[in-house]
Amino acid sequence: MPDHDTAVWLSKSYGLVYLVALSLGVLLYVYWPANRKRFDQAAESIIRYEDRPWR
Amino acid sequence: MQVVADVIAQFTGAERRGAFFIALATALLGLAMAVTGNGDSFGAHGALVLAASIITIFCLIRSFDKPEPSSERLQSYYDEPTKAGIVLAMAWAVLGLFVGDWVAWLLVYPDLTFDAAWASFGRIRPVHTTGVIFGFGGNALIATSFYVLQRTTRARLPDQLSPWFVLWGYNLFCVIAVTGYLMGVTQSKEYAEPEWYADIWLVVVWVTYFAIYLRTLVRRKEPHIYVANWYYMAFILVVAILHIVNNLAVPISFGSAKSYSAFSGVQDAMTQWWYGHNAVAFFLTAGFLGMMYYYLPKRAGRPIYSYRMSIISFWGITFFYMWAGSHHLHYTALPQWVQSLGMTFSVMLLVPSWASAGNALLTLNGAWDKVRDDATLRFMMVAAVFYGLSTFEGSFMAIRSVNSLSHYTDWTIGHVHAGALGWVAMITFGAIYASVPWLWKTRGMYSARLVEAHFWLAVAGTVIYVFAMWNSGIIQGLMWRTYTEGGTLAYTFTDSLVAMRPYYMARAIGGLFFLIGALIGCYNIWMTIRMARVSATNTAADLQDAPVAALQPGE
Repeated sequence: MPDHDTAVWLSKSYGLVYLVALSLGVLLYVYWPANRKRFDQAAESIIRYEDRPWR
Repeated sequence: MQVVADVIAQFTGAERRGAFFIALATALLGLAMAVTGNGDSFGAHGALVLAASIITIFCLIRSFDKPEPSSERLQSYYDEPTKAGIVLAMAWAVLGLFVGDWVAWLLVYPDLTFDAAWASFGRIRPVHTTGVIFGFGGNALIATSFYVLQRTTRARLPDQLSPWFVLWGYNLFCVIAVTGYLMGVTQSKEYAEPEWYADIWLVVVWVTYFAIYLRTLVRRKEPHIYVANWYYMAFILVVAILHIVNNLAVPISFGSAKSYSAFSGVQDAMTQWWYGHNAVAFFLTAGFLGMMYYYLPKRAGRPIYSYRMSIISFWGITFFYMWAGSHHLHYTALPQWVQSLGMTFSVMLLVPSWASAGNALLTLNGAWDKVRDDATLRFMMVAAVFYGLSTFEGSFMAIRSVNSLSHYTDWTIGHVHAGALGWVAMITFGAIYASVPWLWKTRGMYSARLVEAHFWLAVAGTVIYVFAMWNSGIIQGLMWRTYTEGGTLAYTFTDSLVAMRPYYMARAIGGLFFLIGALIGCYNIWMTIRMARVSATNTAADLQDAPVAALQPGE
């Protein structure tokens, strides 16, 4: 069984990298200029009235 | 009964046979449970499963020979399960709120148990929580998720049997849970009370639910998956993980309801509150945020203020919430660093929570005239405000030193209800009032004034409830920590009980307001459905006279 010190070491090393990497990944995805159009389209898409499936 | 027959008439031959075999399988399972558990509450539940299955088989056989449905049905979305889900959600709301108010009066008048075991606080309180969270909230989430999923992907649900299996199976789970509590069946884990057999059944239902989501997404037309679906999927996926891990247990035999948890001591407590707080996060928050991100922009007629912010909130909420559970165990045997971890993540959660609440309110900028005139949109606006308030309060209460005052007091109850009544129920009523006219194709609800009445009763009820519990909780907390000059406690526990009594009365009255509001809502929805039936009959009769203009949602 991993002891307390191992858990603390794991969370302070890999856990920290994981948290920072995930945050950076999300922020990059969100603010990537090429994605802007896609997000605007998505936000607008639900307002359109199209009450039937496409196939 | 006609409604059930109509649903089965829409099934293809293969779907009818599939439904028949599933019902036959559950009937046999119920029979086996009834036999092995004879004399135990396990057997009673077997009989219940058997009865539900036999009724289903009976309904299926009655419509088995109907002609196959035409392929025209594939030209529209499959909304029948959503309609049924909304009706079931409202029925559970009335039951859950009624029992909740009963429990509230029981705390004012403890003699109301009538010396009956089933009517004791410990048994009817989980009937209330399961009734409102899983019965009302769960059915509303299933119903709206099917609606939103189809509209945002522009794909019809993959088949007609699996959504009904999910709805039927889920409600069977809720009924088994609630009847079990009254018989004394519980594994004593808050919000995870149902025993091992109900838990296994829910896993089967839940996996089917997730599969419906994935199968529909695969067939979508829109390349980007709208953010509401992310939230709904996080809700389904994470609830599955939480449910499976927290309910790992060994039954004492396959003929008994009783089981023992795989965890013990502080590990058991930590697993339970990892589950418990993430049930708040992913059942009562993520799922209802999915609802908000679709219905609020749709009803306001404006796209969400910042789509980017909704994505940042999504990852913030899914990542941070996972670690927050240990704030339920401050000052316990749990190691101090685990408590600090939970506290830190709880405080950080304020960022994505307020990003969502702010996003919702900023979307309404430029549509405040609609909020003024439209009680349905106002339900959603108030929900966003309460979401912001209760997440702020939650982060604050998770701080260890604040928690030393608030824990075990009514402040916690007040906080939970600010979230459950103010946020979850308000956004749900808003979504239901928006969807009912769209689904049943009427011009609007039967009565806009009744929606207005429901709105004010709900707001008044919530405010009375929450203020009563804040007062009661803080008084209670202060009385428990006041010492005399001699170093002994200044008040006995009974003293604090006496001090709480007036607030308990106020709380029960607030709850009654909320219940009356829900009853008005049921009547209004019922009359809208009737109105739709009458107009459908008239339309059929007048078909030759004039073409009827198609209704647009929001009209």
